[in-house]
Amino acid sequence: MDDDIRELYQEVILDHGKNPRNFRHPDDANHEAHGNNPLCGDRLTVYVRLGSDSRIEDAAFEGRGCAISVASASMMTDIVLGKTVTEVEALFDDFHKMCKGEDEGVALKGPEEDLDKLRVLAGVRQFPMRVKCATLAWHTLNEAVHGGDKTSTE
Amino acid sequence: MSTAAAKKTLSNDAYDVEAIRADFPAMSLQVNGKPLVFLDSGASAQKPSVVLERMDRMYRSEYANVHRGAYRLSELATENYENARKTVAQFMNASVDEIVFTRSVTAAINLVAHSFGRAFLKAGDEVVISHMEHHANIVPWQLLRDIMGIVIKVAPIDDDGNFLIDEFKKLLGPKTKLVAITHCSNVLGTITPIKEITRIAHEAGAKVLIDGAQGIVHLGVDVRDVDCDFYGFTGHKLYGPTGIGVLYGKRDLLNALPPYEGGGDMIELVTFEKTTYREAPARFEAGTPPIVEAVGLAAAIDYVNSVGLDRIAKHETGLRDYAMKRLGEIDGLTIIGRPREKGPIVSFTLEGAHPHDIATIIDSKGVAVRAGHHCAQPLMERCNVAATARASFAMYNRIEDVDALVDALNTVKDIFG
Ligand SMILES: Cc1ncc(COP(=O)(O)O)c(C=O)c1O
Repeated sequence: MDDDIRELYQEVILDHGKNPRNFRHPDDANHEAHGNNPLCGDRLTVYVRLGSDSRIEDAAFEGRGCAISVASASMMTDIVLGKTVTEVEALFDDFHKMCKGEDEGVALKGPEEDLDKLRVLAGVRQFPMRVKCATLAWHTLNEAVHGGDKTSTE
Repeated sequence: MSTAAAKKTLSNDAYDVEAIRADFPAMSLQVNGKPLVFLDSGASAQKPSVVLERMDRMYRSEYANVHRGAYRLSELATENYENARKTVAQFMNASVDEIVFTRSVTAAINLVAHSFGRAFLKAGDEVVISHMEHHANIVPWQLLRDIMGIVIKVAPIDDDGNFLIDEFKKLLGPKTKLVAITHCSNVLGTITPIKEITRIAHEAGAKVLIDGAQGIVHLGVDVRDVDCDFYGFTGHKLYGPTGIGVLYGKRDLLNALPPYEGGGDMIELVTFEKTTYREAPARFEAGTPPIVEAVGLAAAIDYVNSVGLDRIAKHETGLRDYAMKRLGEIDGLTIIGRPREKGPIVSFTLEGAHPHDIATIIDSKGVAVRAGHHCAQPLMERCNVAATARASFAMYNRIEDVDALVDALNTVKDIFG
């Protein structure tokens, strides 16, 4: 089989795609946002409970999408747990660079252990049309922690 | 059925698909190191060399703006452009003055929505569409609804994707002013009974617009026979260039409509106080039109005519039947849309694999299909799917393309287990 395809659809991704972690709607989430990829109709909602120190106490998601977008959301909700919004932003920035193949020779900011986990998704760089699938959950999380403040709108 | 046997039973005697393929440069492309198997003509078709050469020749030696200069080159360009209109008119059995060149079928539908809509519709009037419309035949009516308060009614389909003519009939009433329906669904392949739809709509006093984006490619159209009031299509799906579409409209109706866009070429006389407009089609072709694209479209139509629309349709139907059969044999594969009358469009889902993953994986085998909602989100909801993969067949596809698709889908199954 094609190497790029094999790299894209690694076991880890297939596993997260099939059995997504944190696939639920937590009652006590205080932030949420809807993400939508108008090109393909993939939709997901990211839920976050943000502590007073702007640390993520819980992250979860629901929705439908391809293996890449679901796996990315699943891994993301695991990785961001316990991190501050600023740390998550830095990690998203790193991840974005990875997905677009712009991380060569660039100093990444996030913890190496998280970057290693995210690197399994970097196979999308060979598939420009699929980069959005990998980053949709992160964009949505970003929106949730910044705009999707449920406590202030309800 | 083995491929050789299939070839034999499906052969369309004198239809020489290899000769046709030789006319399309894209058919010899390699993608990801594999020969291209192009199964996305429903989104846009590849172009035969005659179209490319015709456009190239025009740009090189026959090009100037049209309807303007009193010099030979402009006359020549104008002649070509107007001859293209003649070719389109003959293809649809219309008169030349009933053929408006637009940018696309999307532009054609928007033209009707705004021009016909503003002139003939008022708040509370109803436009009937179907559940399987492309967004291009939904959103313009919603925009009009927001502006003028018209009401949109949706004619239902059954679970196989058949258009339900009796249900459609029930939707019509004294407030129905327009019926806007697709000739062929770009997702399910459903061919709608446009002649019957038109007759019923006319009995109710409504005008009829047909979205022929898919229909004209596989079925052609005789607008006199169908008797529809408007029929739109898009050049790039008919082996022509992008940037050109057609709106057919009955002559008297077109001339009763106000212009849609204003600009040069569409006027008789302009003063700052008052402007008078030319008759159709000029009235609707403000500004410099897609001149070379129109000529390219005419070359595409000539090419289709030279092969024969009937023979193409027969060939494509053979491919569709073979695809339905082979795909149907794949475990976990569901074909979306099994209407009685179906164009060469086969949408499907595969258990455990999202259409996007399918498309990416089979692309690595050189097989190009469309994945997603196909600009028909309400239809996706109706079919209870978020997205589908879609194989669509054109004049240059062959039996082996279906085999390649099936083989590639087995790779998807290997990955997703
Ligand atoms: C049924 C139908 N209507 C409308 C369109 C829109 O065509 P275009 O984008 O060329 O205007 C398409 C093509 O995508 C179609 O399949």
